[in-house]
Amino acid sequence: MSSPPVLSLNKVTKSFGAMVANDNISLELAEGEVLALLGENGAGKTTLMNILFGHYVADSGTVTVFDRELPPGRPRAAIEAGVGMVHQHFTLADNLTVLDNIVLGTQSLWSLRLDAGRAIEKLRKLADDFGLGVDPLAHVRSLSVGERQRVEILKALYRDARILIMDEPTAVLTPPEVESLFVTLRRLIAKGLSVVFISHKLGEVMDISDRVVVLRGGRLVYTTATGATSRGALAEAMVGRTIPQPSRIQIEPGRPLLALEQVTVRAGGRKALLDGANLTLHEHEILGIAGVSGNGQNQLADLLSGMIRPDEGRVCLDGKTVQPSPMTMVRQGVGRIVEDRNDLGLIGDMTIAENLAAESYREQGFSRFGILRGVALRRHAKDLIEQFDVRCPGPDAQVRKLSGGNKQKLVLGRVLSRAPRVILAHQPTWGLDVGAAAYVYDRLLAARRRGSGVLLISEDLDELLRLCDRIQVLYQGRLSHSMLTKEVDRRELGLLMSGHGMEANSCTH
Amino acid sequence: MRLEPRENVSLTLLITGPVLAVAVALGLCSILLVWAGASVTDAYILLVKGALGSRFAISETLTRTTPLILTGLAAAVAFRAKLWNIGGEGQFYAGACAATLLGTGAISLPAYLMVPLLFIGGALAGGLLLLLPTLLKTRLNVDEVVTTLLLNFIVLLFVNWLLFGPWKDPMAMGWPQAAPIIDQGVLPELLARTRLHAGLLVAIGSAILSWVLMRYTVWGYEIRAVGANQEAARFAGIPINRTVLRTALISGGLAGFAGVAEICGLKGYLTLDLSPGFGYTGIVVAMLAGLNPLGVVLSAFFVAVVYNGADSMSRALAVSNYIADVITATALLAVLVSMLLTRYRIKLK
Repeated sequence: MSSPPVLSLNKVTKSFGAMVANDNISLELAEGEVLALLGENGAGKTTLMNILFGHYVADSGTVTVFDRELPPGRPRAAIEAGVGMVHQHFTLADNLTVLDNIVLGTQSLWSLRLDAGRAIEKLRKLADDFGLGVDPLAHVRSLSVGERQRVEILKALYRDARILIMDEPTAVLTPPEVESLFVTLRRLIAKGLSVVFISHKLGEVMDISDRVVVLRGGRLVYTTATGATSRGALAEAMVGRTIPQPSRIQIEPGRPLLALEQVTVRAGGRKALLDGANLTLHEHEILGIAGVSGNGQNQLADLLSGMIRPDEGRVCLDGKTVQPSPMTMVRQGVGRIVEDRNDLGLIGDMTIAENLAAESYREQGFSRFGILRGVALRRHAKDLIEQFDVRCPGPDAQVRKLSGGNKQKLVLGRVLSRAPRVILAHQPTWGLDVGAAAYVYDRLLAARRRGSGVLLISEDLDELLRLCDRIQVLYQGRLSHSMLTKEVDRRELGLLMSGHGMEANSCTH
Repeated sequence: MRLEPRENVSLTLLITGPVLAVAVALGLCSILLVWAGASVTDAYILLVKGALGSRFAISETLTRTTPLILTGLAAAVAFRAKLWNIGGEGQFYAGACAATLLGTGAISLPAYLMVPLLFIGGALAGGLLLLLPTLLKTRLNVDEVVTTLLLNFIVLLFVNWLLFGPWKDPMAMGWPQAAPIIDQGVLPELLARTRLHAGLLVAIGSAILSWVLMRYTVWGYEIRAVGANQEAARFAGIPINRTVLRTALISGGLAGFAGVAEICGLKGYLTLDLSPGFGYTGIVVAMLAGLNPLGVVLSAFFVAVVYNGADSMSRALAVSNYIADVITATALLAVLVSMLLTRYRIKLK
């Protein structure tokens, strides 16, 4: 590096109680560089960035931006120094316009009206420069996830950020959206901005970054130029061991467990969000539903979790038509792993034991004469915590405080402990790191071995191709014919996912 | 300035927080006392003496605690399910009306049956009164804050009509009051020659039962789950509407209990000033207790101390007894702030 670093962290240490989240970490970011910060959940990535951004105060160590040391604990100082942060969970107000969201906080509270004209002009210029087209007057509510992220980036750029910190920016994006994000990032660095790209997705890191820094257990374990390393080396550095690949054994599917027959869901609106969908799921089978989110995936998942009912068509379990409701589905042996484990799958304010019993508390063993059997609940929780390797203080800990991976293990534990015949898995590895995702794959494959049928709804083609026996594509509410995974062609899948060749089919077997 | 969550909240902090908050509230209120020309130390000594200074004072304070525990529980149970029952006052009167309907001679049973009958009747009346707005909430999504609040006035006007019309006691020499509860329905006194009645035992028993209900039963589990995250509860298969309606019956029933206890234990007959706003104060009591049913007993006692003490202080020092309202309101705000501060620390930039 010839030019001086634009950002440097010097021997930053931060501990929470007994846990050392960041242990003596030093790193530098050069101008026009994309530095990937790689690590599993809980490795200390977010803590480090929060220190940089002034949300936390480090126990020791300093942060220097453009040769000036930042005062600790002052986010505003970081912003003024030219650091912008794009959070994983967007910090936008849904009911305000893009413009309002972006200028929020940049103008004095005492100015009565905002100079919209000048702000819009500046925004337009930024949007043009970096290929971040968004309508400044649109309400955030009406934007897609990808567009919201653009707003977040624009927000940082509007505040004249020269250094952009992106916390897991691709976690919520579809593959085409990731592509366009990368185009934007390349434009940014071409203009001399620098980017810290936090991720645990190796493919993306290899794609976009110039250098990689790997954190593990709060320590910096590996620094390398991206060109001089490989996915395998990064994965090992990140996890600290080699990750076993899930192994799929050959089993013949058994009899049909679940069938959708011409199911249409309108969910109040006039447009069908699920349009005459047909599928059949058998014993010993993983059926993948590929497609970009927003094409009816949520409706399909809601239908099978019992949250909505079909407007037309039938849902059959074991050959019998059912009227879906959450309780019916649970009782019929449908295990439901939903995308939104934070707000739907689990109740954050309740304890682990209470959450693990949420589907079964009424049953013998957990309650008698209307009284909960606390001892049994706690013992059940302890068993599952051990069996599913949930890292937590104990069965009475609040779920809110667990990491994403551990929450997902709880959901898995709750679902699989009931030995479900049918498993709905909607984006089951969303936001999970490599190790946790491998664990989920392993469990799903084990359920398949035991005879369960798994309906895996995912955007991740690698995941689908690796796990599924058959794949169907969901596009604008319509399900394609089913294809055997071993005969499927990635290109064909890609075409189906963007709507080509969807007309010719109306039947599945 | 901003808030940063505390990693581990120590037990000492959890206990000292509310105590400090009350101290701060009393400190703030002393400004008003000085302003009113009274000596602060005198005022607070008189306040404590007035509430707890003698056998009689204690008995009066406990008498006042009784309905506050019950209306406090009504709010605490409902709020836990995020059912915002502001209608405690109306349900209190509904309970009192039911006791009047059943207990003024229409039915005559031995006391050990009569008293439970009146309580059950009162609880049913209170519960059914809350069931109505709750049905509107579950069926049509009508905001229960508005409906329960406004029902209070409807009930009060209805009672007004009853007392000036069909229920007016001809023996009351023109006063708008109903006929007295028959002897078998009157609650026994707890302390000789005081007004303290067995309603206090009903209230404390209800608090313990509510605590057990919330903590150890399936119903309580459902109430907490629905309150903590309704969508997640629905997803897990917990029956939302049934739980909310059940909560309404329990909450309204507890407020109805308060009406029965006041009428059968204290006043003896229904009047329009049976409650000086017990239903509303119950909300304060529940919030002060952090919605914990056992905490409700303590916070109801605290509020009763302040009201009774302030009454006697104001008589002695000629300070308006509205100071009691100010003290409880300040204490509530201070406790809410202290609850925030025990969970978060303030970072000055």
